[in-house]
Amino acid sequence: MQRAEARRGWWARNQQRLAPWLFLAPGIAFFAVYVIVPIFQSFQISLFRWDGLGEARFIGLENYRELLDDRAFYVSLRNNVKWLVLYLLAIPAGLFIALFLNQQVRGIRLYKSLFFFPFVISQVVVGLVFAWFYNPAIGLWNPLIGLFGFSPMNVLGNPNTVTYGIIAAGLWPQIAYCMILYLTGLNAVDPEQVEAARLDGARGWRMLWYVILPQLRPATFIAVVVTVIGALRSFDMISVMTNGGPFGSSRVLAYYMFEVSLSEYGFRMGYGAAIAVVLFLIMMVYIAFFLWRMWREERGY
Amino acid sequence: MRFTLSAGLAGLAMSTLLAAPAGAELTGDLRIFFNDQNPAPRAAIEGMVERFQAMHPALNIELTLIDREANKTQIRNYLTANAPDVNGWYAGNRMRPYVAAGLFEDVSDLWDGPMGEDLASTRPALTLDGRQWGVPYTYYQWGIYYRKDIFDELGLSVPTTWEEEKANCAAILASGRKCYTIGTRFLWTAGGWFDYINLRTHGYDFHMALTAGEIPWTDERVRQTFANWRELIDMGAFIDDHTAYTWQEAQPFLVNGQATAYLMGNFLVAPLREAGLTDDQLGFYQFPEITPGIPKAEDAPTDTLHIPAQARNKDAARAFLLYVASAENQTIVNEVLGQLPINRNATVADDKFIQAGFEMLSNATGGIAQFFDRDTDAEMASAGMQGFQEFMVMPDNLDAILQNLERVRQRVNSR
Repeated sequence: MQRAEARRGWWARNQQRLAPWLFLAPGIAFFAVYVIVPIFQSFQISLFRWDGLGEARFIGLENYRELLDDRAFYVSLRNNVKWLVLYLLAIPAGLFIALFLNQQVRGIRLYKSLFFFPFVISQVVVGLVFAWFYNPAIGLWNPLIGLFGFSPMNVLGNPNTVTYGIIAAGLWPQIAYCMILYLTGLNAVDPEQVEAARLDGARGWRMLWYVILPQLRPATFIAVVVTVIGALRSFDMISVMTNGGPFGSSRVLAYYMFEVSLSEYGFRMGYGAAIAVVLFLIMMVYIAFFLWRMWREERGY
Repeated sequence: MRFTLSAGLAGLAMSTLLAAPAGAELTGDLRIFFNDQNPAPRAAIEGMVERFQAMHPALNIELTLIDREANKTQIRNYLTANAPDVNGWYAGNRMRPYVAAGLFEDVSDLWDGPMGEDLASTRPALTLDGRQWGVPYTYYQWGIYYRKDIFDELGLSVPTTWEEEKANCAAILASGRKCYTIGTRFLWTAGGWFDYINLRTHGYDFHMALTAGEIPWTDERVRQTFANWRELIDMGAFIDDHTAYTWQEAQPFLVNGQATAYLMGNFLVAPLREAGLTDDQLGFYQFPEITPGIPKAEDAPTDTLHIPAQARNKDAARAFLLYVASAENQTIVNEVLGQLPINRNATVADDKFIQAGFEMLSNATGGIAQFFDRDTDAEMASAGMQGFQEFMVMPDNLDAILQNLERVRQRVNSR
């Protein structure tokens, strides 16, 4: 032992400093190869005209110029915004279900599991189930709204309703997810503060707003993060339910990128990469905000 | 039944092996990627492989079946990395990206032999840049499949002109039914309607020039085609909400009698029979004439096998393609598929619809088109079929649709 201490080698001297990096190395390596490098590759490919098979030809910013007057691009962008805004409804909805379920009743665990169930099913299955639900020939949706006197709708076949129909399907599991986040958050709410507030006469909404919600801040933060991410990767639902149709009205940027570059008729890698870059820049705004908040919180407000 | 058939054929194959040209001793691996997992096509390719194996016992054949839709995107991966020796694909312009990238083997040498004469009718569909890139094994007709019993009930006869077609449709609509079922969720079904109305309005040469990108989409003649199509749309001839259905989901409307006809390929017959329609209830007729005097051209998509340029056992692959093209094989395969053989010496199955298709295509003096998405450039196909779907829902958007298609055409041409 002592002899080893005496001739402390380079490794022994630097062990403390190196160990974290060694443990991080596999993660960093994979993150670099599969995330960082492809980002730069996308930038590069977006400057070429390339069908993914043959020779790539450099065309500068031509792909971006074309994006500017591509009707389909704006439709996709608008749908992305709809997704971002409406998907956030999952947060209040999840909160209220969580508040509702946060009580000691016989069999409450069963109810909680049932509410959580949609999140367990794969997105593809949710998409399929909702596609059948909306199907104008065999679906339950039209008889259901018929009960309230509405005339039949073709939700997924109508360019004006299709995106909302898919978002509703996406909200179903997302609400369950937010609910679970809030349920765990509610466990951490300090009963003494609630007691104190009650003595001071706080009830109902005031109690929720001034006492409970501030204590749920960490849960809310995570819920916002996962919901925004969920909205931006809405690709699978769209692919299963409509393939971006009818005539492209339910596409989001991620789906449009897939369609032009990788789908059955898509051979425009450069154009797809340009869309990916735009999507990346939009996400950058959000990622920057996220990092800035993290940094602020690390410093202790 | 199938066993005895293939056993008998194995014997036959052995005898042909003895007579086969020198150098027919094939060894090594033969990897085949086939692009359909449905029961009939699966039986067809498995039969082909079984018989070919019997002819070449020393060859180790490995057959992989890929889902039809999945293959359309996977083909790029497997042609560029770890290519099989034979793969399934389609004729016409859909070969172009792979031919242009040098990923398909030039098989003109096979076509220069006697095989070329047996398959002469599809030579143009397999030819790009003056050379041939694959071998067809089947094709099928498109046309109007209709409910004969409902036509009889309404006292309608099979129409041969556009006026009769529309008159029939008016009578059908008056009886509370729709004239045509269609599911445009996956777009290509609308491509069939465009093909036929355009082929009948302006003829084969115009259609091929348009799909080849030589004619602007804003041309007055193109508008004429859409105007004819619009007559049906304005009548309310197509089922409601067709954007929500796949081509399969549109079948019940025909089976239940809510719609009386379906413009489709012959592969429609099998599921309709399964759904309970008898041959007395279901009929077939050729798409009627629109502009009088134009020779009738038909859509008849051809399914093909190719050799990837990176294949490792090209000798065995060539021998396999030669066998696929043979009259004996094409007779059996198309009997199984319920489709039409291409080899002129093959026998056409004794089936009402296959016979009708065979007769129609043999007399297609106008020409044979592949299909909208096989005749056009891939990007044009995608934009075009989306435009057709939009037109069927919102015919008033025609100007914007055509301008968009014209923009795509110019971009494709500028490559």
